[in-house]
Amino acid sequence: MTTTRSASSGHRVTWWQRLPLHAVVIAVVVLWSIPTLGLLVSSFREPSAIASSGWWQAFTHPDQLTLANYERVLGEQGMGRAFVNSLLITVPATVLVILVAAHAAYALAWMRFPARGLIFLVIVGLLVVPLETTLIPVLRLFSHTTIERELPLLGGNVFGTASYTGMWLAHAGYGLPFAVFLLRNFFVSLPRDLVEAAHLDGASDLQVFWRVILPLSLPAIAALAIFQFLWVWNDLLIALVLLGDPTLAPMTLKITNLVSSFGTSYQVLTAAAFLSMALPLVVFFAFQRFFVQGMLAGAVKG
Amino acid sequence: MIGRRWWTPWMWMTPALALVSVFLVYPSLDTLRRSLLDERSKAFVGLDNYRFIVENPQPLVADTHQALLTNALWLVVFTGLTVPFGLLLAVLTGRLRYEAASKSAIFIPMAVSFVAASVIWRFMLDFNPDIGTFNAIVTRVGGDPVAWLQDTGLGPVGGIGPLQLNNLMLMLIGVWMWTGFALVVLSAGLKGISSEVIEAARVDGATERQILFRIIIPILRPTIIVVTTTLLIYAMKIFDLVWVTTGGRFGTDVVSTLFFKQAFINRDFGVGAALAFILLAAVVPLMAISVRRFQAEEERA
Repeated sequence: MTTTRSASSGHRVTWWQRLPLHAVVIAVVVLWSIPTLGLLVSSFREPSAIASSGWWQAFTHPDQLTLANYERVLGEQGMGRAFVNSLLITVPATVLVILVAAHAAYALAWMRFPARGLIFLVIVGLLVVPLETTLIPVLRLFSHTTIERELPLLGGNVFGTASYTGMWLAHAGYGLPFAVFLLRNFFVSLPRDLVEAAHLDGASDLQVFWRVILPLSLPAIAALAIFQFLWVWNDLLIALVLLGDPTLAPMTLKITNLVSSFGTSYQVLTAAAFLSMALPLVVFFAFQRFFVQGMLAGAVKG
Repeated sequence: MIGRRWWTPWMWMTPALALVSVFLVYPSLDTLRRSLLDERSKAFVGLDNYRFIVENPQPLVADTHQALLTNALWLVVFTGLTVPFGLLLAVLTGRLRYEAASKSAIFIPMAVSFVAASVIWRFMLDFNPDIGTFNAIVTRVGGDPVAWLQDTGLGPVGGIGPLQLNNLMLMLIGVWMWTGFALVVLSAGLKGISSEVIEAARVDGATERQILFRIIIPILRPTIIVVTTTLLIYAMKIFDLVWVTTGGRFGTDVVSTLFFKQAFINRDFGVGAALAFILLAAVVPLMAISVRRFQAEEERA
């Protein structure tokens, strides 16, 4: 691209003049990848090898590679259960936020009513409220409203600090400002004629919402879903404060506990950390396009 | 349009408004109230909790001054490095055929949790040169291993306030994670600048440097502001990274980690709430910027 542009302005740029450019970018890419690569390689090395030689020596000693770290972490360290817990927290929390936000965004985008602008402005303002500001009262609220009956199928109480429902609602609440902001702005940009035509044909709001708006908004919903998924999956603070029952702990919390109890036994930590990264990385590579869209939508969240 | 009852829109919004009220609006107000009460949220103590933070009477239990200063340093160093670095990379990668691949490699850390990032970097920065990559390099070139995450000094000199080696390393981890964000958003903005403008400047004999400072940066100003505000908000609230990497020891506490210790370990809801409210007060100006920008966009639309 630059080559042709520069050519038109009179001086040709040859490949060796661009060598410094390639060198800088490739150096940054390598530097950025080494830490993650080191972790990945180490997670497959024998404990004695991790403790006595650098991860880069795995390339010259491939005989030291093993799957034992993963077996150990998944089995006796309970990381398998934590992986399932992470899913049990993340998936419903993501679906919930999309459903609730989409309904609100539809009203804010397509219905006329007093205070519409004000309500949206307040929601945009809430985007930056730090989670920290809300945690003490929410924890008090949870412990006062605990319902100590087991939730069918999932385990955990019906509500309170030892429940998934509490986590779903909390994550949905914290994710809503961004979700409403993103979806409302997308809905507004859809062609007005389409909605009006559907109404003229006698479609109700619910029909327009499900049959016209949602199908057209899949890119925005995908972007939102990926962001919410990553936020909830990667969250530590909310789980640390609001989840009192260690058997329900997600991976982030489990790993944090491993760090404090195991310190530097990297055979456990590296495998655990990589397990927690695996799903986000798959999501990231599969939906990169939507991920970027979500970022561009102004990824500001509390 | 169709006729709707006056309460129809409210029904559509009720779940969202309820969740936002329960988890954001009510707790923020309640935190303000608790910040004026004692540690059990029983008796009114006026501004005592805020006085505790300002006077710092128990630096060994809760060094409020160090935490505030470290957090301020995060704002300056983390944001000050990430934004220019992201912009530079956006300009550089934009000229390459393998632009997309290099950008993905740089923003992979965005998809990873702070917890995983912290494990990655504890490993990279391990003191033992047989394990830690950094110390392996340092000893290879003849130096002594460095305690990257514990060292409260700066090379031969002692740390000046929060300006300590370990804090700078934590901030570099933050830069590693967030450069991808700055890069992707800024490079999307860069694509919006018409190549004719830049080409015309080149024809007129402008140097690459002049093009960057006189054309690209002024045109990208709104995008740069968005990125900077986002990063400032993150720096203000930084918690997971510090908590998992150092636990706030060795003078690395920030407002959030100190809040967590005060509220949930020392069980002092008063000082905890005051710290949390300071955090909220600090982001209000940024909130004002976001809302104003949003209103301006609405009017243009």
